[in-house]
Amino acid sequence: MVPDTQLIAADVHKPKLAVWKFTSCDGCQLSLLDCEDELLLLAKEVEIAYFLEASSKVEEGPYDISLVEGSITTPNDVLRIQEVRRQSRFLVCIGACATAGGIQSLRNFADVSEFTSVVYAEPEYIETLKDSTPISAHVPVDFELQGCPINKLQLLEVISAFLNQRAPQVAAHSVCIECKLKGNVCVWVAHGTLCMGPVTHAGCGALCPSYNRGCYACYGPKENPNSESLCHWWAEKLGADKATIIENLRNYNALAKHFKVKSKEWDQGRKGKT
Amino acid sequence: MAGNSKTIKVEYLARVEGEGALFIRYDDTEVHEVKLKIFEPPRFFEAFLRGRDYTEAPDITARICGICPVAYQMSALHAMENALDLVVTPELRTLRRLLYCGEWIESHMLHVSMLHAPDFLGYPNAVAMAKDHPEVVRQALEIKKAGNALVRMLGGREVHPINVRVGGFYRAPKSEQMDGLRDQLSTARDLAGQICRWAAKLPFPDNTQEIEYVSLVNPDEYPMNEGRIRSSRGLDISVEDYEKHFREEQVPHSTALHSVLVERGAYLVGPLARFNLNYPRLSPLVRQIADELNFKPPCNNPFKSIVVRCLEVLYAFDEALRIIDNYQPPAQPYLATEPQRASGCAATEAPRGLLYHRYEIDQRGKITHAKIVAPTSQNQKTIEHDLRQMLPKFMHLPESQLQGLCERAIRNYDPCISCSTHFLQLHLQHDQRGCS
Repeated sequence: MVPDTQLIAADVHKPKLAVWKFTSCDGCQLSLLDCEDELLLLAKEVEIAYFLEASSKVEEGPYDISLVEGSITTPNDVLRIQEVRRQSRFLVCIGACATAGGIQSLRNFADVSEFTSVVYAEPEYIETLKDSTPISAHVPVDFELQGCPINKLQLLEVISAFLNQRAPQVAAHSVCIECKLKGNVCVWVAHGTLCMGPVTHAGCGALCPSYNRGCYACYGPKENPNSESLCHWWAEKLGADKATIIENLRNYNALAKHFKVKSKEWDQGRKGKT
Repeated sequence: MAGNSKTIKVEYLARVEGEGALFIRYDDTEVHEVKLKIFEPPRFFEAFLRGRDYTEAPDITARICGICPVAYQMSALHAMENALDLVVTPELRTLRRLLYCGEWIESHMLHVSMLHAPDFLGYPNAVAMAKDHPEVVRQALEIKKAGNALVRMLGGREVHPINVRVGGFYRAPKSEQMDGLRDQLSTARDLAGQICRWAAKLPFPDNTQEIEYVSLVNPDEYPMNEGRIRSSRGLDISVEDYEKHFREEQVPHSTALHSVLVERGAYLVGPLARFNLNYPRLSPLVRQIADELNFKPPCNNPFKSIVVRCLEVLYAFDEALRIIDNYQPPAQPYLATEPQRASGCAATEAPRGLLYHRYEIDQRGKITHAKIVAPTSQNQKTIEHDLRQMLPKFMHLPESQLQGLCERAIRNYDPCISCSTHFLQLHLQHDQRGCS
């Protein structure tokens, strides 16, 4: 996880930052531009060498740090991510698309040719892969920052960690912990609201429960989530049906390992306490 | 082989934004081919929305665009409420308008300061521009920050807000939260006035276009969440009739469908259209500054859209402050909804223009059909048309300058592929002899 200090130390110039987009909504890249107070400061610390959303000036690689947004959904994406990896010393995936396939990975559970024919009159013009896959399915990655969208302060922490040659400090606990820290009333316990908080990675600041709604897991699974127990609680205590449980596991992070496995088990009727 | 693109009527649009290229073929006298190529991979929102719950549409469709998620949320909400015959209270309607003000501010200022302004002053990006024009960039970031603060207060976060729901909001803001924003918004409104004056003095290429403008129109207010669909050439229809008058076509060179006005072809949605069709409904402050700048409708030069965006930002601050000054927390943050077999549609004004959604849901509230027409797909044909019209006027320029001008002409539209089209790959092919 820690960047190669020798490579950085050897650089007399500012570290070169690149931001890459694959299949996505651009929201995670935008989080960097939303750093209104820090953007110009950041530009003093790193050379923004490749960032098409923000600059038409393109510097040649290799790049010291690459931020990668989006999932892989076309044959060309597969080739391009390999080139990005070759050009990057430290590769960070940002957001649910890059780390867990994104909302577009719902196609992985369906027939993509049918999807294409629903949307396009002439599907033969459309070149797309059957699946949407995260970056780590194609190349080694150095760090994954979860979230749909990512938290811009966590992004600054990751970049700052890189600049200071240390590991990023991104809490891996659940949204429940963030709720407790905020002093929120538990929407599940108090109101019987279906909430993904117990299995969801921290980072949003327990946003949804703070607004009186259940967490919908846009930050993906926390470390070691017990999704099985959660799903049974929904079924037994909240009366959630199978379709609802599967829908909650399959949304913005449908390919995150725990959610993917659990949703398939429920879909195939192999659910049950183990 | 010019003009070999074929057009086909289709029922659905895939979400596309992000990656585009431009291909132009011309000779010394004529433009033979202009193709705005959107090769952003399709994401199939209309397809995978089927089977999802109607309450999920605002959260899911927000993910179509990280730059204007509120627009997708607003359109989805209104379409679902249209299906369920639900009319929200005036208080909730006003809160939605306030949220949209926040998105207009931050989205427009992102485009004005980071994507568009560097074009006029010859910089590759806002950071480089900041070295010579630190005050303007600082002011623009302050303005954008105020827009973000507004979206965050009402929506929870700037990108993909979480607080809207079919029927209203999950939680209504407290009066103190509104009051807490007043000073920041008021200061930013002053800065927005200065930015309007600054933008109006930029050097604009001469590029008058004959375009049919399409926008929502309301009798009493500048359009955001509802209205009739009107055009500068006499179209005047209800949103329910949208699909009778507008048709989507697939072209081989783009993963985004092209939208056309039936029997009339290309048209323009967005700030220029709104301004030209709704000028009298801007606030007195905005009209006063527009007067001072001698900037009156109709504005037919797409390069001047940067001025209109600035004026709309000023309007959004004015409107937001008006709403905040009159704010009383609603009795309840939302009206309860029950699913039923139904269909409904809605159009709202995204920062980039008219955004149309239509859904069908079954008796359990599961979506059985979704159609979404984004502003960019509606403007694609006009962008190509603009380039065709503009190029002959500037053919005397060296190829590199002409290429730069074409890229700028596209950025005028702030297409939702703006993120990458700021940096279009441009292929200019100069024919030695004219060919058909």
